[in-house]
Parts: sequence; C-alpha cells; structure tokens
Amino acid sequence: MSALVEMSNVDKSFPGVRALAGAHFDLQAGEVHALMGENGAGKSTLMKILAGVYTPDSGEVRLDGQPVRLDTPRAAQDAGISIIHQELNLMPHLTAAQNIFIGREPKSFGGWLLDEQKLNADAAEIFASMNLKLDPRAVISTLTIARQQLVEIAKALSFRSRVLIMDEPTAALNDAEINDLFAVIAKLKAEGTGIVYISHKLDELKRIADRVTVMRDGEYVGTVAAADTPVDKIISMMVGRTLSSEKSIVPDHTAAEIVLEVKHLNRGSEIRDVSLSLRRGEVLGFAGLMGAGRTEVARAIFGADPIESGEIFVHGKKVDIRRPQDAVRAGIGYLSEDRKHFGLITGMDVRNNIALATMSKFTSPVGVLDEGSMRDAAVGYVGQLSIKTPSDSQEVRLLSGGNQQKVVIAKWLLRDCDVLIFDEPTRGIDVGAKSEIYKLLAELASKGKAIIVISSELPEVLRVSHRIAVMCEGRLTGFLSAQASQEEIMHLATQRAGAAGETSTRPQGTIQ
Amino acid sequence: MSTVTEPVAKSVSSRFSGAHHRLLAFSGLIVLLVGFSLASPNFMQTTNIINILQATSVNGVLAVAATIVIISGGIDLSVGTLMTFCSVIGGVLMTYWGLPMVIGVPGAILAGAASGTVSGLFIAKLKIPPFISTLGMMLIYKGLSLAICGAKPIYFTNTAGFAQISTGSLIGQVIPAVPIPNGVLILFLVALLLAFILGRTVLGRFIFAMGSNEEALRLSGVNIARWKVAVYAVAGAVCGVAGILIASRINSAQPSIGQGYELDAIAAVVIGGTSLSGGRGTMLGTMIGALIISVVANGLRILSVPQEWQIVVTGSIIILAVYTDILRRRGT
Repeated sequence: MSALVEMSNVDKSFPGVRALAGAHFDLQAGEVHALMGENGAGKSTLMKILAGVYTPDSGEVRLDGQPVRLDTPRAAQDAGISIIHQELNLMPHLTAAQNIFIGREPKSFGGWLLDEQKLNADAAEIFASMNLKLDPRAVISTLTIARQQLVEIAKALSFRSRVLIMDEPTAALNDAEINDLFAVIAKLKAEGTGIVYISHKLDELKRIADRVTVMRDGEYVGTVAAADTPVDKIISMMVGRTLSSEKSIVPDHTAAEIVLEVKHLNRGSEIRDVSLSLRRGEVLGFAGLMGAGRTEVARAIFGADPIESGEIFVHGKKVDIRRPQDAVRAGIGYLSEDRKHFGLITGMDVRNNIALATMSKFTSPVGVLDEGSMRDAAVGYVGQLSIKTPSDSQEVRLLSGGNQQKVVIAKWLLRDCDVLIFDEPTRGIDVGAKSEIYKLLAELASKGKAIIVISSELPEVLRVSHRIAVMCEGRLTGFLSAQASQEEIMHLATQRAGAAGETSTRPQGTIQ
Repeated sequence: MSTVTEPVAKSVSSRFSGAHHRLLAFSGLIVLLVGFSLASPNFMQTTNIINILQATSVNGVLAVAATIVIISGGIDLSVGTLMTFCSVIGGVLMTYWGLPMVIGVPGAILAGAASGTVSGLFIAKLKIPPFISTLGMMLIYKGLSLAICGAKPIYFTNTAGFAQISTGSLIGQVIPAVPIPNGVLILFLVALLLAFILGRTVLGRFIFAMGSNEEALRLSGVNIARWKVAVYAVAGAVCGVAGILIASRINSAQPSIGQGYELDAIAAVVIGGTSLSGGRGTMLGTMIGALIISVVANGLRILSVPQEWQIVVTGSIIILAVYTDILRRRGT
C-alpha cells in the first residue's frame, strides 16, 4: 500500500534564501507524524507547499501514489488536504457554523436565501463527530483560543480532509485544553486521517506522535519512531550542524558598569519574573523558540507594551518607562524584528529616517527644521555604516534589507543610545549583509554600547553574544556563556515550567 | 516562517508621484479653462476670473485645514461648522461686545485653534477615531453656533472695514488693473504658510511621518499625542481664518451655514492628489483641486447648466480624479 502523502526532492527558494533543498516527507493514513526543526528549518515552507500555498521550484508530491499538482490552496483542499495555521483564520464576528461553511453556505429558496438552520445542523453534526460540545451559533470572538482552534479543525473536517496539517497547535493552549485537543487528534487518527504535527514542544511528541521527521536548514535530516527515540537524540538531530568557527574572543566585562538592569518584569503569561543585567560593552544574546517571550520582554523594556510589575534601572537609576519616549529619553533604542512596520517610515527618505528620533536636535526654537545639518548627520552615518544608497534623499523602501537595517541602527546611534536592543537583526537580510551586521554589532559593543540581540538562529546567537540568556514560555530559564553548545541552549529553550520543578505560579485562566 | 521579501521596486518614478499627480490635476485645470473659454466668451473676463478666485477663497482655506489633517492620517469633518462657529464668535466679540477688529479677528482664530485642540484631545488622548470625533464636533459646533446667536445672523454693521477683509483689494490699490480681492490674497498667504509648515518644520515632518507609519514614529520615542493635538489645533486656527473670510464677505455671521462645506474641502484635497490614507499630499495640489471645483461650478453656470447638474459633474470629477490616481499607481 502506498503512503497517503509522499513528498520527495522538494526545492524552494525565496529571494536571497534557500528555504528547502531536496526535502522529503511522507505520511501514512491514521498516523500522527511530527515535523521538527529549529526556526527557519523549512517545516512551515514544506507544509505550505503541501497545502498549496507555495509552489515548489522542483520536486514531487504524490497522493496515494499518484503525482499531483497543488498550485492553489483550493486545489489542495479539493485533494483533501487542510492546514491549520498558527494564526487562526476565522472571522471573529461570525458564528462558529458561519465560519466553517464560509463561501459554501447551504441555500434555500432556489439559492436566494441562506439556510441558517441547515448550516447550524451541519456544523453540529461535525462537532458531534469530534465529541465536542460547542454551540454552532457561538460567535467566534466569545470563544477561547483553544475552542477557536477546534472550530478550525471542524472546518478542515467539513472539507472531508484526509490530511490535516497543524502548525504549533498548542502554542496558546493550557494543559487542560491540550488534553482536549489531543483527544480530538486521537479520534481523527483512529478514523484514518493522516496528521502532520509541527511543534517545538518535545514532551508532546512522546504523547501523540507516531513518527518524527527532523529538518535542518531546509534539508531532510531523518525520520525516527517517536516512542523509542530519546529526546536528546532528536535535539542533536535538530542542531547537529557544525558551527562556522569565527568566534571572537569574549572580553571580560566583570568590571564594567552595569548599564541596564531589569528586575522581576511580569505581564500575564507572556513575561514571567524576568530579571537581567547588562554591562557596558556587553552583547547579551536572547535565545529561545518562537513565542518564548523574547520580543515581549524587549518591547516591555522599551515601553512599547505595558508591564504589570517590575523595575528597570539605567546607569543604576530607576526609570519609569511607560511609553517609548521614556525609554528613548533614558537612552534605550529598540530595533524591531519588523523593520518595515515598526522601524522605518518607508515612504520617507534616508535622511529623515535617520533623524526621526532626534528631530528636536535639528529644530529651531520656532520649529523650523535645519535640513542642512540633518543632511550632514545623515551623510555622516551613510559613510560610517557604509549604507549603500545613491543619496541620503533616497526613499528607504528602495534600499535592500541590510541597508534598511543600517538606517535604523543609524537612527539610534544619532540619538546616542547607551542600550540597543536588536530584535532579529538579520531577518530578511542576505548572507553577505549578515556578516556586515555582525561586525557592526561587535564594533558598537567595543565602543561601549550595551547590546541585547534577540535571535532565533542559534549559530547567530552563539556568534555575536558574549553571554546568552535563554527563554521558554515567558520565563528566563538560564544564562549561558558564549562557549555554550547548541544542545545546551535547546535544553533550556524547551525547559517548561513543570519540568523545571519550580512551584507553579502560572496564572489561571488568562487566555481570553 | 518569515514573510517573503517582496522584490524591491527599482523605479524611482513614485518619488515624483506627488508632482506627477499635480501635473495631471494642473493639466485638468488648464483643459477646463480652455474648454470653458471656447464655449463662452464671458468666461475669460477679468471680472469672472476674479469671481472664480473669490469663490475659491473660503473653500480653499478650509481645504488647507483638511489637507494637513488628512496627510497626518486623520480626517476632519468639522471644518465647515467650525468655520461658522468661529464667525459667530467673531460676531459676538465685535458686534455684541463692541470690541475692535484687532481683538475680534484674532479672537475668532484663537477660538478655532482652541476648538481644534479639543478635537485633537478626543482623538489623541481618548482614542476616539477622527471620523467619529470630528463628526460629533461638527454637530456640536453647529448647535453651539445656533444657540449663541439665537439662530439669528449677527451683522457686522458697526465694525467699520470688516467687509474689506475679504472684499477689499490691497493689490487693486497698487495695481488697479488687477483688483484681486483680499480674500484671495489671504488664501494665498495661508496656503503658503501651511506649505512652509508642512515642508520645513518639525510639525510638518511629523504630519507626514504620522500618516505614513504612526507606530514607527511612536517607537522612535516621539510623543504622538502632543503632535496630533497640534495638527488639529493648527487646522482649527485655519478654520478660524475661513470663518473671518466668509463673515466678512457676507458682512454677517450666518449660524445656519457651514454643514456641507467640509465635503467640498475634502473633495478639493482629494482632487489635488492627497491620499486619504495619509502620508502623501501637497498644498499646491489642494489649491489646484479647490480651483478645479470653482472653475467647474462657474463655467457650468455661465453655460446655463442647471445647478443640480453642476453637482453631478463635481461628483464625477472626484471619482475621475481618484481613479486616474489609482491607474497611475497601478502602472508603476
């Protein structure tokens, strides 16, 4: 009997990135097959190809042994393949039943009117088949994330899907909700549905997966049986690449002044009792899996999002940071992972973007801008950071990712910030520009800036950091030296609250 | 997965998109002028051209106010009734209280700035969307205007020279051949001042930045709320100028007018190529837009087209102007 799904030699490139290179995957009917790998390993890309979201550059996809072309999500759906994305795609103001049958509503009166009764009855039938007690008339926004996810699964089932792809389905769920989800998965599996389960949570695999396929850097690493493979083996498969060994010598910071100190930062389940300190000239790497709370901590320190409790000290003085302007005044700059939305005004030119945080410097008492000195400042940084742009009056949207990132860096350098928080500084930047950014980070540190670098790429964290902080589920699970191995980081990054043996202070029912 | 980086457009044509659209609007204006001149010998007469300019002055000033708000990513529906409210305040100061013009006129403009500040606070501090805030304020100004003067017009018969503010002609005194009324001169000066603010001051820079990407500006440590209030306050002051202009032209504060003017103002802004989604636009464009509206109204009147059809034509021009903008942007 041939496999339900067979993907072989799948290649896929995006501009500047090779996402998949000769990837393999197969799925049997009635199987839960976990797909694992670090962020950026190519799991989601591979599954989006199966779901018809992306078209592969080359390679073959077979269903029941027959080659198929899945050019659109619709084609995949017709072939019985459904994907449940990490971000749910439900319309919050419609009911569960309306969401499930959107675009396929049963009609009455010769197709002129919607048959709401049949709609609800059909939805109720699907819910019953899942052993799920849920009112089809419930408005989505009133449901918990967990229940919304179950509605997504019901929607997938309504397409008579034989293949169900779940991308990190438990990321936002509590333990009871995870149990409910697993019960539904077990039932689907028993009925012969093949389930692809993408997750970072190693402990879950043991509970529900039959097989595990590990990917790394867009390539297939191997497939093992979930039950009798030790977790350590899976981790080493995930990180097992050799590191490019141009690691600089870590300077001794122990005598340097503590520039930034954060004490007992808290917000709901996203940030739990995070404390850290950062010295002059130090680069602190922030490692962790997606959703570990690294960006949340950075944004909280910067005042972009509120905190519930905690204290922040800059140069030993307590600062009250409620808004970004407070943080900027205290000398903290934040470089977002999403440059285009949070870092740059892409329709404005290089000059104005560099001056954005420092406008008052270039303003006369009546508010008139001194374009001349603004230009001088911008041109200075264009040269200093070798920003490739025809002139400082070029719109930043026309620059490459690496040069855009440099513009944001210039903005904070001009502001003379002592603390710089880089959130995924090399995301969307090609390889050549990456090493330039790394060099820049080292230079900034040697000039006395205190730097936090958040990165999902372990080699990057290991390469740029002097010290590494690891987060998991909103908690700082530990600090490591720059000599740490990827395995050590992964252990801390997957060390969940229960496993750490700490008394659970997990807030109850915070999931809306 | 990280999102796919979109291929970066290599063309720089959009850098000049504003100029491009202005050129388009400007050619449209020329075509209209030539067309009406050919259709009627009465069109290209000095008195008629002056009529057109005079008719543009009030809407033009309101459009200036609307322009800065729209570029900042907001909208102001209250410019028309705020204008009326300011002219009523002027009437109260000068006619009811008998204060001289040097107090009455700045007083009315200040009232506009204060009112704009209130709208700005609702929007920036209470986070009420601009559309709703200014819709509410539009009705509030209208009601207040009627209440203050008991729904009766206030005449400026005791304030000598008040009518001259709008209808007199300083230019005509110097060059008798071009008796351009002061109202037009004031429009020109207001537009010039606001163009300067937009182009050369930190407020102007933040207006564009806010309209393009407010979050990035906030994360650069800029106090968004303060600047947003400033935008509406300045717009309010400009509405105050419009209030003085219209009151002077009809030598009275008419409490029942004003509603509907905001739509003409927004129409002028849009025809002038300012994007309703913010971040893009020019004063020059708005001036051309305001002129197009007046020229169409005037030209059609000269050709004896009934007023109801004039309105239909104006509506069509708005749609045409925005559609050409969409076509152009799709093209690049």
